[in-house]
Amino acid sequence: MSLNIVVLAKQVPDTRNVGKDAMKADGTINRAALPAIFNPEDLNALEQALRLKDEHPGSKITILTMGLPRAAEVIREGLYRGADTGIVLTDRALGGADTLATSYSLAAAVRHLKDFDIIIGGRQAIDGDTAQVGPQIAEKLGLPQVTYAEEVSVKDGKATIKRRIEKGSETVEAPLPLVVTVNGSAAPCRPRNARLIQKYKYAVTPSEKATLNEAQLARLEGRDYLNLMEWSAADVNADPAQIGLNGSPTKVKTIVNVVFTAKESKQLDGADEAGIEELVQELIANHTIG
Amino acid sequence: MANFYTDNPDLKHHLNHPLMRKIVELKERNYTDAEKYDYAPFDFEDAMDSYEKVLEIVGEICGTTIADNAESVDHQGPRVENGRVIYADATQENIELCRKAGLMGMAMPRRFGGLNFPITPYIMAADIVSRADTGFENLWGLQDCAETIYEFADEDQKQRYITRVCAGETMSMDLTEPDAGSDLQSVMLKATPQEDGTWLLNGVKRFITNGDSDIHLVLARSEEGTKDGRGLSMFIYDKRNGGVTVRRIENKMGIKGSPTCELVYKNAKAELCGSRRLGLIKYVMALMNGARLGIAAQSVGVSEIAYREALAYAKDRCQFGKAIINFPAVGEILSTMKAKLDASRSLLYTTARFVDMYKIYEDIAKERTLTPEERAEMKYYSKLADACTPLGKGMSSEFCNQNAYDCIQIHGGSGFMKDYACERVYRDARITSIYEGTTQLQVVAAIRHVTTGTYSNFIKELDAVEYAESLKPLQAKLQAMTSVYEAAVSKVSEAKDTSYTDFHARRMVEMAGHIIMGYLLLDDANRNEEFAKSARNYVRFGEAEVTRHADFINKFDVASQADYSYTE
Repeated sequence: MSLNIVVLAKQVPDTRNVGKDAMKADGTINRAALPAIFNPEDLNALEQALRLKDEHPGSKITILTMGLPRAAEVIREGLYRGADTGIVLTDRALGGADTLATSYSLAAAVRHLKDFDIIIGGRQAIDGDTAQVGPQIAEKLGLPQVTYAEEVSVKDGKATIKRRIEKGSETVEAPLPLVVTVNGSAAPCRPRNARLIQKYKYAVTPSEKATLNEAQLARLEGRDYLNLMEWSAADVNADPAQIGLNGSPTKVKTIVNVVFTAKESKQLDGADEAGIEELVQELIANHTIG
Repeated sequence: MANFYTDNPDLKHHLNHPLMRKIVELKERNYTDAEKYDYAPFDFEDAMDSYEKVLEIVGEICGTTIADNAESVDHQGPRVENGRVIYADATQENIELCRKAGLMGMAMPRRFGGLNFPITPYIMAADIVSRADTGFENLWGLQDCAETIYEFADEDQKQRYITRVCAGETMSMDLTEPDAGSDLQSVMLKATPQEDGTWLLNGVKRFITNGDSDIHLVLARSEEGTKDGRGLSMFIYDKRNGGVTVRRIENKMGIKGSPTCELVYKNAKAELCGSRRLGLIKYVMALMNGARLGIAAQSVGVSEIAYREALAYAKDRCQFGKAIINFPAVGEILSTMKAKLDASRSLLYTTARFVDMYKIYEDIAKERTLTPEERAEMKYYSKLADACTPLGKGMSSEFCNQNAYDCIQIHGGSGFMKDYACERVYRDARITSIYEGTTQLQVVAAIRHVTTGTYSNFIKELDAVEYAESLKPLQAKLQAMTSVYEAAVSKVSEAKDTSYTDFHARRMVEMAGHIIMGYLLLDDANRNEEFAKSARNYVRFGEAEVTRHADFINKFDVASQADYSYTE
């Protein structure tokens, strides 16, 4: 059976290579100083979607992202890896959303999509680290959810999911449709493909299309797959009171840049077994290990 | 995350050479594929953009996974089980990654599932892969063999085999045997014709890189009773048919991830590729030219990693209260390494463009008659490619060995330990000046271009370029070097003694090489001032080398040769 798969992806600042200018004086992220990337765990999610598509030929992968119009780059990245199409949910009214408003908006977009069998996202985004959006979407859509997934497969209308738990893994089964959030320990995403990057490099959203010249527009003729979707809050029938800043009860009071400093140190001597034992006990005592 | 394409702006400089416009326009036949294939380019800019985007993929895969895997591949290496090769785990991962990224069959036409890239961007990918893991470049680069099938096999064979290579199956070229290394005329592997038109192969092949590949090109003796190259034909052996087992793999000094196999053929079913008797004299020569360009690219990749490892260590390592990069002795080593690297790379892409130009014309000639101008151009580039391929392979492989040596020297005692990548680079470098023809054999192929004047004519053309005022002093130096070279060649030629010419051949080929590479760097600097320093350093280095060789030749008489001769 072929599947309609929705992959939730977010464009995030690359917080893995943070320089001195990563934070502004007011404690917010200086997005201009950090390259925008495909959220790493969303790539793990995309790989699971691509594997489902490999398993079930004819399946369709739609990438859904909420963000600025430039988040279309995330969709193209997904197309280069094997996704079929994508939607950018973008609207000024959606700005400033916390996880509650974000999940409300994304749930509205998924509902608007109508046909979906499985919604897969990364566990969390590296800019917020909340891991709340996936589960909240499931709640809002009234769907079952499985978190911390490492492997997803579908057979006979049911999904089997191996999920990471504290001291190992467990395998669970869930009915379709459902929401799955994928852990960073799952398989890394396959690389961008040389043919697909040539095929999809001109894929554009309507707002990008509006900036093209005649010659560039000519390249899109007869190639419907190059048209990406762009939806506004109104397109997905979102309640203005529940989106963006209006819909966000979370208020950031202040952000403090914490710099770790060593306050005290302790030296243990002895290179024999007893010395090592003493070191291990010490590390357990201060919760470094164990 | 490292990207080995984007972190090296020199590559983009070479990719954007002015001759590329013509190459791409010919290769894409006015961009007609765009109507049939959703990944074919619309125009020149589109094609160039696609090459860059694909090279970015290559750079990303190489800069992350393949480079990270290089150490474990070197340690684990492949093994043989039940006559089959099992790659190192990370090698398998590398292959899978290249397959998924669609980087196999890059230079093959789209109708077989290839990317239809010219040789130049394909060779650039080889350069990048080699920097990440020199041994892996062999496994990936053997997709080159598909070129031989494309040029000489029949349409049905092309459809059956090239499509598989483009889908990610690996290849090997089974040429050498225990008693036929450099001397391929002595190949003994026996091919016996069958009634159904297929052939059975029996015998042993040795030193076969990736010998357990999916699709093999095999040189075998089809004409019973013959003893020389004219009795040899080329065959395609498909692993799915069975009949070839791996007896052992060699325990090598370097490129340890690349399995070097001894193969036993027992009634292995094979197909003839092309015409009988042309196996060595035509097909292997074509195959070898492609392979030599590949080794030149591999050598440049080695020079690149050697230079980068040395540079990073020299900045990091402090002695006598400062980083050692501040010491003039270290600075000189590094600058010379960079000059050799830049010179090798410049010659590599110059050669790749020449190969592109004549091969594309050859391909077009299969579709329509070439105009007299096109034919003349094809001949012109074919000759230059023929002259530059052995020169580039010879010089670049020797330079990468020198750079690997200097990389360890910069590391001092630490470089002698197994703790740094430089010791692997040193071992990996060593084979480049040996396989696909030793440097000595490259000289044999190149010397006629010294004596017939191909190099001199090429130098004249390079000298006719209008160089910026600031580069004219360097041009004057190169002109003086050319006079010294030509005088030395005249002196040797006047003796009219082939053994005397052979004796000095390497010196003369190297002199031509230094002058040509000096001019090529001058041309690079003319278009991009980032190359000016390397141009100055290389010309300074080359001038000393040319002087040294000329001095040796000028003080040497025919009789002195006896001091160097041995008999069995």
